[in-house]
Amino acid sequence: MKSIHVAATINGDPAEFVCEPQETLLDVLRNRLGLTGVKEGCGTGDCGACSVTVNGRLVCSCLVLGGEVQGAEIGTIEGMADADRLHPLQQSFIDNAALQCGVCTPGILVAAEALLKKNPDPTETEIRYWLAGNLCRCTGYDKIVQAVQDAAQQMRGA
Amino acid sequence: MRYEKPESTAEAVRLLANEAGLARVLAGGTDLLVQMKSGMVEPDLVVDIKQIAGMRTVTPEAGGFRIGAAVSGAELGENAEVVAQWPGVVEGFNLIGSTQVQGRCTMAGNLCNASPAGDAVPSLVAANATARVAGPNGERDVTIEQIPVGPGRISLAKGEFITSIFLPARPARSSDAYLRFIPRTEMDIAVASAAVNLTLGEDGTVTAARVAVGAVAPTVRLVEPAAQALIGTKLDEDALAALAAACSAAANPINDKRGTIEYRTHVVGVLAKRAALIAYERAGGRK
Repeated sequence: MKSIHVAATINGDPAEFVCEPQETLLDVLRNRLGLTGVKEGCGTGDCGACSVTVNGRLVCSCLVLGGEVQGAEIGTIEGMADADRLHPLQQSFIDNAALQCGVCTPGILVAAEALLKKNPDPTETEIRYWLAGNLCRCTGYDKIVQAVQDAAQQMRGA
Repeated sequence: MRYEKPESTAEAVRLLANEAGLARVLAGGTDLLVQMKSGMVEPDLVVDIKQIAGMRTVTPEAGGFRIGAAVSGAELGENAEVVAQWPGVVEGFNLIGSTQVQGRCTMAGNLCNASPAGDAVPSLVAANATARVAGPNGERDVTIEQIPVGPGRISLAKGEFITSIFLPARPARSSDAYLRFIPRTEMDIAVASAAVNLTLGEDGTVTAARVAVGAVAPTVRLVEPAAQALIGTKLDEDALAALAAACSAAANPINDKRGTIEYRTHVVGVLAKRAALIAYERAGGRK
């Protein structure tokens, strides 16, 4: 089996790794680069816990091969806060108690950030449809939707 | 497993044709990686086609659009010209999976996965779209309905893959629509589906129509009697009833946990009626 050498940009920093051909981006991020904020839920693209952006596009990292991201810009939850200053979405999730066990939270934050970049003022319905691929078994979603709405309002005012 | 990302169609064909073991084409990977994870498919070779020129672009051609085989649902949904001309094609494609899946999934992949319930396929059949297939003997253009031959099976030969999908030019006063039924509001597989593509005359009479149904037969079906039921009408009640009856008659569904034969056979007609009315209004028709 021939290993693949890949150079990419992760959260704005250059990164290089070597991976096996069948290895997913999710496994590369967690096991080779130590970015364990990316979670494996289902591993089949249904739950969204492994959400990252590749060249600005929201994807499930479990459905991307490591070899595919040569030259790509990847964004993960680790790149969201500005050093010690939480992103408004992260602060809003805390303020709204929009998480419990926390396994879905990184993926939901990455997905919500992608939504607000595209649509700074989404309706509740738009938020719910956008996040339909992010499963949460703790909160019942209402607090998550509220947290995204609050953060969106705050970011529009900023 | 070997992973290759050729930079030309010829090189991709050569890799696929020369592989003695199991070869798979990778575009969005939203079916392939799931099949690999479950062990359902264990390829010896994966050929990633995304580095080949034209695979990720939408290009105007002969009044229509050539859509590269690796263009994602999210990308096509952001293409205002295609959305304006072919809203039914885009809405079917954009129903597949979640936002994350839309970031990767492709129409050619949905077609080659050959699920009877693929949401991108009925609208492409109704649109009279064609797939450009590259292979060891060169390129050929194939109608969409010729690609799937049964659940999970396609007509492409060894070494062949789809490089693009072509949506033809539109006459004035034309539009299309796609509807599916699912028991949830999002993230589910069609129990039954219908796509309707219409062209209207100046007085609002339907002059051309194509109707396709999904999830009610081993493959998506073009229903010519359903189109005939609409041509020459302004979608009056009798025409819509004949449309629904033709779609139900064309249905040959299975019983499974998502729907019974009776239910699917009935609902596909209802969906076709509603899709026809949406397409009619989009084409400028007034009821």
